[in-house]
Amino acid sequence: MKLVKFISWLSLATVGFSAIAVETGRSDLNLRKGVSDISHQVYDLHMLMFYICVVIAVVVFGVMFYSMFAHRKSTGAKPANFHESVKVEIAWTVIPFLILIFMAVPAANTLIDMEDVSEADITILVTGSQWKWHYEYRENDIDFFSVLATQPEQIANKFDKGENYLLEVDRPLVIPTGKKVRFLITSDDVIHSWWVPDFAVKKDANPGFINEAWTNVNEPGIYRGQCAELCGKDHGFMPVVVIAKEPAEYEAWVNEQEAIARRAREEEQRLLAMNMSMEELMTTGERVYKAVCAACHQVNGEGLPGVFPALKGSKMALEDIDGHIDIIVNGSPGTSMASFARQLTMSEIAAVTTYERNAWGNNTGDMVQAKDVNAIMNGEE
Amino acid sequence: MSTATENVQDTPSTDHGAADHHDDHHHHIPKGITRWLFTTNHKDIGTLYLWFAFIMFLVGGAMAMVIRAELFQPGLQIVEPNFFNQMTTVHGLIMVFGAVMPAFTGLANWLVPMMIGAPDMALPRMNNWSFWILPFAFLILLASLFMEGGGPAFGWTFYAPLSTTYSGDSTALFVFSVHIMGISSIMGAINVIVTIFNMRAPGMTYMKLPMFVWTWLITAFLLIAVMPVLAAAVTMVLTDKFFGTSFFDAAGGGDPVMFQHIFWFFGHPEVYIMILPAFGIISHIVPTFSRKKLFGYASMVYATVSIALLSFIVWAHHMFTTGMPVFAEMFFMIATMLISVPTGVKVFNWVATMWRGSISFEVPMLFAIAFIVLFTIGGLSGLMLAITPVDFQYHDTYFVVAHFHYVLVTGAIFSIMAAAYYWLPKWTGKMFDIGLAKAHFWCSLVSVNVLFFPMHFVGLAGMPRRIPDYALQFADFNKWISVGGFAFGLSQLIFLWLLIKACRKQGEPVSSQVWEGAEGLEWEIPSPAPYHTFETPPVVK
Amino acid sequence: MTNQKIDISSANEQESGLNNQTLVREQPNHSKTVGKILLAVVGMFGFGFALVPLYDVFCDITGINGKTSNEAAVYEAVEVDTSRMITVDFITRTNSGMPWEFEAQTQQVKVHPGKMSEVAFYVRNPTKRDIIAQAVPSVSPGTASLYMNKTECFCFQHQPLKAGEEAIMPMVFYIDPQLPEDITFFTLQYTLYDITESAQPADVVAMN
Repeated sequence: MKLVKFISWLSLATVGFSAIAVETGRSDLNLRKGVSDISHQVYDLHMLMFYICVVIAVVVFGVMFYSMFAHRKSTGAKPANFHESVKVEIAWTVIPFLILIFMAVPAANTLIDMEDVSEADITILVTGSQWKWHYEYRENDIDFFSVLATQPEQIANKFDKGENYLLEVDRPLVIPTGKKVRFLITSDDVIHSWWVPDFAVKKDANPGFINEAWTNVNEPGIYRGQCAELCGKDHGFMPVVVIAKEPAEYEAWVNEQEAIARRAREEEQRLLAMNMSMEELMTTGERVYKAVCAACHQVNGEGLPGVFPALKGSKMALEDIDGHIDIIVNGSPGTSMASFARQLTMSEIAAVTTYERNAWGNNTGDMVQAKDVNAIMNGEE
Repeated sequence: MSTATENVQDTPSTDHGAADHHDDHHHHIPKGITRWLFTTNHKDIGTLYLWFAFIMFLVGGAMAMVIRAELFQPGLQIVEPNFFNQMTTVHGLIMVFGAVMPAFTGLANWLVPMMIGAPDMALPRMNNWSFWILPFAFLILLASLFMEGGGPAFGWTFYAPLSTTYSGDSTALFVFSVHIMGISSIMGAINVIVTIFNMRAPGMTYMKLPMFVWTWLITAFLLIAVMPVLAAAVTMVLTDKFFGTSFFDAAGGGDPVMFQHIFWFFGHPEVYIMILPAFGIISHIVPTFSRKKLFGYASMVYATVSIALLSFIVWAHHMFTTGMPVFAEMFFMIATMLISVPTGVKVFNWVATMWRGSISFEVPMLFAIAFIVLFTIGGLSGLMLAITPVDFQYHDTYFVVAHFHYVLVTGAIFSIMAAAYYWLPKWTGKMFDIGLAKAHFWCSLVSVNVLFFPMHFVGLAGMPRRIPDYALQFADFNKWISVGGFAFGLSQLIFLWLLIKACRKQGEPVSSQVWEGAEGLEWEIPSPAPYHTFETPPVVK
Repeated sequence: MTNQKIDISSANEQESGLNNQTLVREQPNHSKTVGKILLAVVGMFGFGFALVPLYDVFCDITGINGKTSNEAAVYEAVEVDTSRMITVDFITRTNSGMPWEFEAQTQQVKVHPGKMSEVAFYVRNPTKRDIIAQAVPSVSPGTASLYMNKTECFCFQHQPLKAGEEAIMPMVFYIDPQLPEDITFFTLQYTLYDITESAQPADVVAMN
């Protein structure tokens, strides 16, 4: 039949064309194959579904366009009279049904593989909060925040944008290759979603609940993803960067990190006994403020009216020193003001408090030292 | 429809007795603003709904233009992220509740009584109310954008706790306006159901109902079933935010994921509320311009009913990434895939209707054909999204944005435009400007695909939705998407111009049948349709 | 639908030559139909709220959200399944704005299903104010929560601590031997929330 020939030719051509388009490896056209067995399975499943859909579309549209061409009134086509056929109706109910079963089986298999809950080699607790990720290695004494490293000037189009614009962080997550890594995912405030396309892992971070996902990466490399669930103003600015290292390199990295963490704690203790000068406090404070606080309270300290309060001229920044330190250390429950006790050191909190009390015309002259912060943290004041 | 009809609406009747719903019929049509404010006439109210929907479509579209302008290039140029989020949120709310749903209600008002041979809707005063509270709902919503801190910025899906603990005070206005929209839709749905149940002309049995009436009847039941659930959800958001309850707050024993379950229990049937009437419209237009009866009328009805029923058991496919046990993921995956069976039946039936017909390509048919092709593309990407393991990759990316815009813009909105062109001559008595209409069609068709097709690619490549700025690898496609967006937006101004011309009664007069091949009661009354029709019922054999 | 039949018959009469008067539509009983629909609307609004307890019931049956029961389980003398060893990992977190120190004294325990175990948690309120806390449990994978039976847990009640106070909070549990074979490891997380403001007055009394 003419029509059958026409359609099979058309579907072959379309599938061939789309296959060429997607298999040439243009990463901006298609899903990434990724770097784990699961992500390969997911990719294959995606391609299978895609081709099935293309064939269905070509067949249906082929018949339709053929009919539009061959049965058009302008060539004098006379309408036929049929308008019912139980046989045909049953056929096109049952055939799609069979296609669906054909699609569901591999999908179910992949799903079962993904939801494997067997014991992992490494477990990492991933905590999302407005607009950063925190990683805690359960087996080691390592935990850190990971925040966007792209300069604000690039976002504001003042500087040229770098290669990994918006997909770079200050401290990436590091995992070993060839090991099963479990991610326990949760949130401190709103719902976030931790997504690394190359691992085919996307899981929501729900406040108060934990979710889990896992990966087993085959190739070392740097893999980038983003928060996938709308989480407020800077949802577009909380990327995920994961570096997969060979196990030996990973071990070395872990040891180094543990040593750094130990030294930082010692340094913290040393700084407790020291007083920083106003100049030091203001320089450190400004750096910390721009990196951590300015996203909400803005660089000019004026906040966003109705959303984030101003610090410039605020009662808290002018008068209540203890309250000021307390809100930075403990946050304010039920608002976007998070606790920074874990993200910043005591001397950084001291510096940023000093900065906020003396910048933008808030000239209180107050100086806050690490020991004052320590006192608030331990309830000694 | 196989309805040999006997039109008796011109029969003069001196005594209307109990049958009369109107006090003012057969008198002059009231003039000026009071006509529109106090009208209980289904045609007037239909016109009001349609114009309101079109204005909202332009307002929501303007917000989409802001979004696309910001996304034209990487970096932040035009708006700051908080405002961007308000734009995506209010764009979604306006398009769903302000454009698509009122447009369908407007079409139902105009057409359902005329199609079933009723003189008016069953409850004309409630009809007036259900329209006139709508502008206030949207005024409240739009006014909230000017509050300190801005309007709702949590997405039209308003997931807790972003919409509760972490939202601004404008949430109260948002909740209030959604309540009003819900009440309006429920009243509209009640009216449609009562009209279809009680006011069909003699002989108009259920299996003779025109498809548009059938699909609207089922849609009305969906509205009755799920709009109250939405009302419950927003009420819980309100009390969580302002009155200390903790439905969605883990600290008080609640669960934020429960919000999503409740929301999508409303939200998925809502998707079908926005597409079933479209199926009805296409089932009228395709037979008319193929000059052949609709293929498989009965199976069309059953397919619509099964889609509606299935829509209640698939909601969690929006939530695969929230963390569910495997069996739940399997269940929702398979239930979702099942929906494609009755939807497929509908598409096959349309194609079979065209098969060996005598097809001509008037403007409504052009839109209908575009609908079939582009809606099917959206349906197929929906099938891909149903597959749980790959949904983990697609979820919350532009792939999803592409999917639902294909279904809603080239689906629902194209069907509304097709309907407007199809019935406009009946409403005004004049043929619209065909040149403009064709320009509108071709401009829309090309631009809408430039706008939405590349979204599949950026989505697959990893661009999350609802972000004001993006990584450099997405830049090329986003530029094209924005260009397509502006072009699509501008194309609608052609439509506006055409509609203004049509409303000023410019154009060639048309016959009562308007289109060769059009069948149904509405084509047997004069064009333009008189202010009162079928005051004595026609007899359908 | 009965209305409809009458309509049809009246139409037939009209065809047989009766005058138009008989054709006049009978006043349909709209209020009855409207009443039924309104009942459905109210019912569905109620159902929206009923989804809240229904969801809890659904979660209790399926473990869909990984919440453990917030009532003490009664220990049923079950046979200890010594052939299996289950690892339970404890994660302790404080929500943002909650200044307490909170640690599991044993981070991980390995137990046979059916055997009772006790884990202690240390808390300290380092601030100058009295705080009432609520611990919210969460288990992953969620299915395991169905088999995690706690006979005693600090998470069943509010936990008040005065300024500077510290405490050891016990949790006694056993794992149901019915636990699916493929689960050999699961995580139990507790998040502490500061609920001082919303807590019942009874708790405040208990604190003093």
